[in-house]
Order: sequence, then structure tokens, then C-alpha cells
Amino acid sequence: MKEALPLMWRNIPERYNLLGSRCDTCGKNYFPQRKVCPNCRRKGKLVEAKMPETGKIVSYSEVFVAPTWFDHETPYFLAIVELDNHATLLTQVVDSKREKIKEGARVELLFRRIYEDSPEGAIAYGYKFKVVS
Amino acid sequence: MRNVSVIGVGQTTFGEHWSLSLRDLVTEAGVKAIENANVEGKDVQALFGGCMASGRFIGQEHIGALMADQMGMNPVAAYRTEAACASGGVALRLGYMAVASGMYDMVAVGGMEKMTDISTEDAAVALAGAGDQESELFNGATFPAIYALMARRHMHDFGTTEEQMALCAVKNHGHAVHNPFAQFRKAITVEQVMDSGYIASPLKLLDCSPLTDGAAAMVLCASDKAKDYTDKPVDIIASAQASDTLALHERRTLTGLHATEVAAKEAYTQAKITPKDIDLLECHDCFSIAQLMALEDLGFCKKGTGGRFVEEGNTDLGGVIPTNLSGGLKAVGHPVGASGVREAIDVVRQLQGTAPNQVQLKNPAIGLSHNVGGSGATVVVHAFKKGF
Ligand SMILES: [Zn+2]
Repeated sequence: MKEALPLMWRNIPERYNLLGSRCDTCGKNYFPQRKVCPNCRRKGKLVEAKMPETGKIVSYSEVFVAPTWFDHETPYFLAIVELDNHATLLTQVVDSKREKIKEGARVELLFRRIYEDSPEGAIAYGYKFKVVS
Repeated sequence: MRNVSVIGVGQTTFGEHWSLSLRDLVTEAGVKAIENANVEGKDVQALFGGCMASGRFIGQEHIGALMADQMGMNPVAAYRTEAACASGGVALRLGYMAVASGMYDMVAVGGMEKMTDISTEDAAVALAGAGDQESELFNGATFPAIYALMARRHMHDFGTTEEQMALCAVKNHGHAVHNPFAQFRKAITVEQVMDSGYIASPLKLLDCSPLTDGAAAMVLCASDKAKDYTDKPVDIIASAQASDTLALHERRTLTGLHATEVAAKEAYTQAKITPKDIDLLECHDCFSIAQLMALEDLGFCKKGTGGRFVEEGNTDLGGVIPTNLSGGLKAVGHPVGASGVREAIDVVRQLQGTAPNQVQLKNPAIGLSHNVGGSGATVVVHAFKKGF
């Protein structure tokens, strides 16, 4: 299901600015944000942290069958990216040559439209990545 | 804790049941299980039913009450469990706990899903609810895409091939030919899988389990009473469950399910067995790569060698660990809430000697069922032993 507007709105700060969490106790980084550090639990101290804008591809897939609101984008590339602070995220990879999208490829952050709710409706924005050649 | 046995099993055929509703399906499976157990409905003290997304699929919630109502069993206590595709395995485990604890002497457990009333596109979105909506589906990750990310990394790290994955689907279809309850009783070839078109590379249409309607149920009772009802009780000698992050990207590895390793280890400890003692496996092959990873994570072969293990025939009838002799989720079909119970039922049938002749093992003693929710955020493992 497409996201309800309040949820989309709540997630704007973290998606627009790639804001995650860092645990001051163990140093681990998380994206998206968490309220409790799974390593430290109540001993942990999570603070909001800007994630680095570069990282590398850990795995990828080219998606041919998509949810209806992504239909016009197919085929598109998804990847799991490990950022330079070792936080990981799932993202679309765009503006990149197909043969460059592979494990280990360096990527950098882009800010993009993710989908349109409807022709007159809300537009969801967020992060995508591209391969740095 | 006391010992618990399975005394009856029942299921609907799996497939596209346009003429049957969810309530028809669960009632048919439940009544069959109670008949098979030679008990009366009034002997059953509680119901546990797994169902993943009836609200999305048919607009109906409150499935616990629906089961009790439709089976004419009011005012019995009735519970719905939800853990995505592991909903059924969780229902089985809760039923087991309820009897093992002494709270009840006899319960029925089951699973169900009615998936084909809505469009394939809407069903795919409903299933994506098994992952993390805010970080996975929001970015366009469907369920096949999530497993594709695991498959791609498995290929990268271990040299696993698309043909090896295809072989899992081929073998499962070969078994399902003999299964009267299966959705696809039709053999397929590796070439057909390879030519079936990418859904999310490297996974192709025939690497994926289908959308299915169906229900499955079992009756459990305290082992010391089991022989009062059946000559062929099957004992539950282990029941274990583990959790992991909802989103794939936050896991420690993409090439295996840590929750499977944890649940399996606990199950082997409970049952005092090792993988070598297990005569057959029903594992959760929602995608072909999932079967390879399950064989590794359950300890039947080393991490990374699942592809070769299958290629060498180790999972065939007569192999080291005959796997998915039913046809698996791929060919039996995957009504998501029902599969965990269906997997267990097919292990029980093998131990009772009531599997289809062509795939019946000679006198197996111990079998394992493995049920995964989402991309591995919930895993349930049960071990069964012939109790007669
Ligand atoms: Zn911490």
C-alpha cells in the first residue's frame, strides 16, 4: 500500500536528509532511525546522526514486476548499500550504466522523487543512489 | 512440560478456489483433521489458526472467532496468529505450548489464506507487508526483489548458479506430480525455469511460489492419551522459534537466515538429535534460493554449498535428506498462513506411512519442518518422531 500522508510526512526529515541514528555507547550506526540500540538496549544512547552520502553496493536486483505505482519505472535497480559508516540501507540505483551496477561498486546519494500518489496527489521524495564512475 | 503428539491432520486441496471462501476452506480443513483424529468437536478445547493478511485479501479480520463459529465450536477459546508466511508455524507452536504446559489436553491448530479474490498486483502488495513497509516497499522492493538480493549475494560469494536454483523448483515439481493436494501437479525442466522471465533478477517466474487458496489443520493432544484416538500418533519432539530484523538490509548476512540457524540449533538440542538423524525435511521454499539457504542454515550442508548439494541428488528420494517430497511451496502452492501447518502435515504423513506411494520413504523415524515468515524475520522449526 502507498503510504498514508501522515506517515510520509513524519518520515520527511530522515528521508530528505538521510538522518539515521548513532549509538553513543557502542558506536553503531542505524538507518532508518531506531529508538533502542539492539546491541546495547537500555544501556545504549541513540542520537540522531547524518549518514554519509557514499558507500558501496552489497547486492542488487533488477526489478521487472513492481507495485502498480512503480509500474512505469520498470525495470529498475534495487540495491543494498553499505554506507561508509557501515550503516546499511535498501535503495534504488539510478543514473548508472547497467554494467557498473555490481557488488562492491561505489555509490553516492541523490535526492529524487520516489513516486506520485496520484496526478493531483502528494509526491513522495527520498533517497536514491548512483554509481560513481 | 509434557509430551505432545499429532493425532489427526486435514487439508483442502491447494489452488485457485474461486468457488470457495476463506470460511469454507478453514472449515473443510478443520473438520477433516478432527475426523482424522477420531475425536468429537467437543473434545477440542482451543483453536489456534494462522492467517497472514485476511484483512487485505478479503476484508475480514477476527479470524479466531470466525473459525470457532464456522466449525460450530463456540464457545471454545480461539486464537489467530500472524507472522506473515510463518503464521501457520506459529499457530502450531502455540498449540504445542498450550498442550505441553498442561493448560489444555487437546487443541486444533491450523493455517489458512484466501489469496486469489484480489488482483495479482494487489496480492503482491499485501505480501510485501511481510517486509518493512517504510524502508523496503516504499523504495519499490517487492517480496521477490528481497529474496533476489539474497540470491545475488549468494551467487557472488559462493558461485551459486541460476541453474542450481532452478533445479530446486524442478525437483519440487517432480514430487508434486504425485500429491493430490498440490496446485501444480506438473513436471517442469531447468530450461523452462531459465526461460520463464525475470521477476527480479536473478529470480524468474518459476523460481517463485504462486498465489494460492488453501487451509490445513492438525489435532494435537497430550502424548499419554494419543493412543486412545489413533494407532499412528506422531510425537512433536522439538518446537523452536526465532526472530530477526524485519528489514533484510539490517541483517548480519544476506546469504542465510540467522533465525533459521538459531531455531534449528534449539530444536536439535530439545530433540537431542543432529541433522544426520533426520530422515526427511519439509523446508520453506517460497523462492528457490530459500531452499538452498535452508539446507545450509539447518545444517544439512556447509554454508555456500547448497547448490552443489542439491545438484548431487542429496535432497532426492533416496538421498541424504529427501526434501520437499510434497512438492514444497513452489508446487504445492503457498497460501501464506497455511504453509507452516501444511509443511508439518506432510512430515507427519511420511512418518505415518500415508504419503503418496511414489514418494513414500521406507519407514522414516524423524522429520523436520521449517517455516519462514517474511524474508526471515520469523522462523519456526518443528521436529517430529514416529510415535508407534
Ligand atoms: Zn549500542
